[in-house]
Amino acid sequence: MITIDALTKRYREVTAVDDVSFTALPGRVTGFLGPNGAGKSTTLRLLTGLGEPTSGTARVLGRRYADLPNPGLDVGVLLDASAQHGGRTGLETLTLAQRTLGLPARRVDAVLDLVSLTAAEAHRRVRDYSLGMRQRLGVATALLGEPQVLVLDEPANGLDPAGIRWMRDLLRAFADDGGTVLLSSHLLTEIQMVADDIVVIGHGRVVAQGTKDELLAGAGTLVRAADPAALAAALTGAGFTAAPAADGAVTTDAGLAAAGAAAFAAGIAVTELRAGDGASLEETFLALTTDTQRDTLDRASGAAA
Amino acid sequence: MTAVDTAPPAHDAVAPTLRGATAPPLARLVDVELRKVRDTRAGAWLLATIAFVVVAMIAAGTAWGVNATASFGSFVSVQVMPMQLLLPMVAVLAVTGEWSQRGALTTFALVPRRGRVVAAKALAVLLVTLAATALSVAVAAVGVLVGGALHDVPVAWDLTADQAARALLIHVVSVAVGFGLGVLIRSSAPGLVAYLGFVLVAPMLSAIAASYVAWWASHGLWLDLPTTLQAFSAPQVTGESWAQLGTSTLLWVGVPLAVGLRGLLRTEIR
Ligand SMILES: Nc1ncnc2c1ncn2[C@@H]1O[C@H](COP(=O)(O)OP(=O)(O)OP(=O)(O)O)[C@@H](O)[C@H]1O
Ligand SMILES: [Mg+2]
Repeated sequence: MITIDALTKRYREVTAVDDVSFTALPGRVTGFLGPNGAGKSTTLRLLTGLGEPTSGTARVLGRRYADLPNPGLDVGVLLDASAQHGGRTGLETLTLAQRTLGLPARRVDAVLDLVSLTAAEAHRRVRDYSLGMRQRLGVATALLGEPQVLVLDEPANGLDPAGIRWMRDLLRAFADDGGTVLLSSHLLTEIQMVADDIVVIGHGRVVAQGTKDELLAGAGTLVRAADPAALAAALTGAGFTAAPAADGAVTTDAGLAAAGAAAFAAGIAVTELRAGDGASLEETFLALTTDTQRDTLDRASGAAA
Repeated sequence: MTAVDTAPPAHDAVAPTLRGATAPPLARLVDVELRKVRDTRAGAWLLATIAFVVVAMIAAGTAWGVNATASFGSFVSVQVMPMQLLLPMVAVLAVTGEWSQRGALTTFALVPRRGRVVAAKALAVLLVTLAATALSVAVAAVGVLVGGALHDVPVAWDLTADQAARALLIHVVSVAVGFGLGVLIRSSAPGLVAYLGFVLVAPMLSAIAASYVAWWASHGLWLDLPTTLQAFSAPQVTGESWAQLGTSTLLWVGVPLAVGLRGLLRTEIR
C-alpha cells in the first residue's frame, strides 16, 4: 500500500512534482505513466526517502519510508538500473544487499534464478553488463528481501521482448500474491499491458487516474472545434470534464447531446461530434507529449480549477 | 474519463505489520562496509599496494637499512610516511565510491538512516587502519630479526609504546582527514587529489609561507596539520605540539566533516 498525498517538490524555479496524490493498492499493479520530465522519478525518489518533499507526504505501508526500520524486507526498490558500482560483480552487488538486510546467502541464488541471470553472468563485473542485465540485477536486488511492495522506475527499459514479457508476468504474479506494485513508464502500451490502475502525470501534475478499464473504456464524447481551448472552457463551464486529445479535439464525459448543447450555448461551431473511440487515454497522453498541445492542456485544466 | 482528478485522502487504515521490524545492527553495516572496501578492483589494488609497500620497505630496510644495530623503531617509523599517503585513500574511496558510481541510490534505499551508513564507513576504515598498522609493525619485527641475522648485528627493540601509539595516531588522524574530505567532496578523483594536496602540497606551501611571513613561521603549526604531524614521529613530543594537533585537526577534520555531513545527510540522492 502506497499513499501519496499532495506531494510537491520544487527545485528553485522548476516545480518537478506539483500536488500529486494517488494510492497504489495491494493486489494491484499501479502504472505511473508520464512523458519524459513529467516528474515520475522525482516522485519515486521522494517516496523512497532519497529526497525531501517541499510539502505533502508519501507513505509506504502506512509509514514514511525513512521510518521503516529495515525497508529492504518490506519494499523492493529499483530506481535506476545503471546506478550500480561497475567494479563489482553482480553476485557481489547482491551479496552486499543480502548482508545489509541480514538474509541467508541462499536468497542471492534464489533471486539470481528468479531474474534468469546465470552463474557465469553473476560473476562478471556490472560494468560489462548490458542494460537489460543491469535491469535484471536491479530487480533481483529489489526482490531479495521478499518485500510486499515493489517500486520500480522504468523497469522495462533495455529489456528485449522476451524480457518485457518476463517482467510483466513477474509483476502480475507479485500483485496476484497480494503485493503492491508501483511502476513508472513513459510508454502507454507497456503500462496498458500490465497495470490494473493507471496514474497519468504531466508537468508534475496528475492529469488522469483510475482503473485501466475506466480510463480505456470511459471514452465519453469526442468534440472538435476550431478553438479547442474555448471548447474545453465551455464544457467545463457546463460542469463536464474536458481533456485535450491529440489533434485539437477535446474528450469529455458529457453525452453527445449535452456536449453539443454546451458548445452551442457558448457559440462554438462544432466540427466533429462523436462517441469517444476508446483511445482517450492515449490521446490525453499524446497531448501531454506534444509541445503544441501543452498550453491547450494548461488552459483547459486552468479553466477546470 | 476522470481528468485532472485527485484521489480523496486515503483514510489511515491500521498500518500493516512489517517484515523488517528491526534496523540492521551497526556491526552488520560495518561488516558490509568492510566488504565494500575490498570488493572492487580499485579497492583490492589499493589494499594490495599497501601490503606490497609495507613488505618492500621492510625488505629494503633489511638489505640496506641496517648499521651497527637492526633498529625496530626505525623500521616502524620509516613506514609512517607511505602509510600516511595510502591509508587515507582507502577512506576517501570508501565514501566517494558510493557517489562516483551512484551506488548511494541502493545503499540509502536499503538504509535510509544515512548517519548510520556514514558511521559504519568510519568504523570500517578505522578497522582497516588498525589492521594495516598492526601488519606494518609485525612485518617490521620480522624485518629486524632477518636484518640482524643477515648482517650479524644485534637487534635493538627500541620502539617505545609511546612511539608506537604515536605512529598509530598519525595514521588515524591522516585517515580522518581523508574521510572528512571524502564526505565533503563525494567524488573519487577530486577527493583523492584533495588528500594528496593536503599531505604533499600543503606542507610545501606552508614552508614557503613561513619563510616570507614571520607570523606564519611562529604560528603556522597551529593550523598546519601535516607539518604538525611530522613532530609526532620524533622521540619526544611537547605539550605545545599536542595543542597544535588539536587545533589543526579541528580545522582539517572537524570543519570538512561538519560541512560535508550536513550536505550528505540532506542532499537528494539521485
Ligand atoms: N535536482 C533537480 N534539480 C532541478 N530540476 C530537477 C531536478 N530533478 C528533477 N528536476 C526536473 O524535474 C522534472 C521532472 O524530472 P523527473 O526526472 O522526475 O522526470 P521523469 O518523469 O522521471 O522523466 P523520464 O521519463 O525522462 O525519466 C524535470 O523537468 C527535471 O528537469
Ligand atoms: Mg525518470
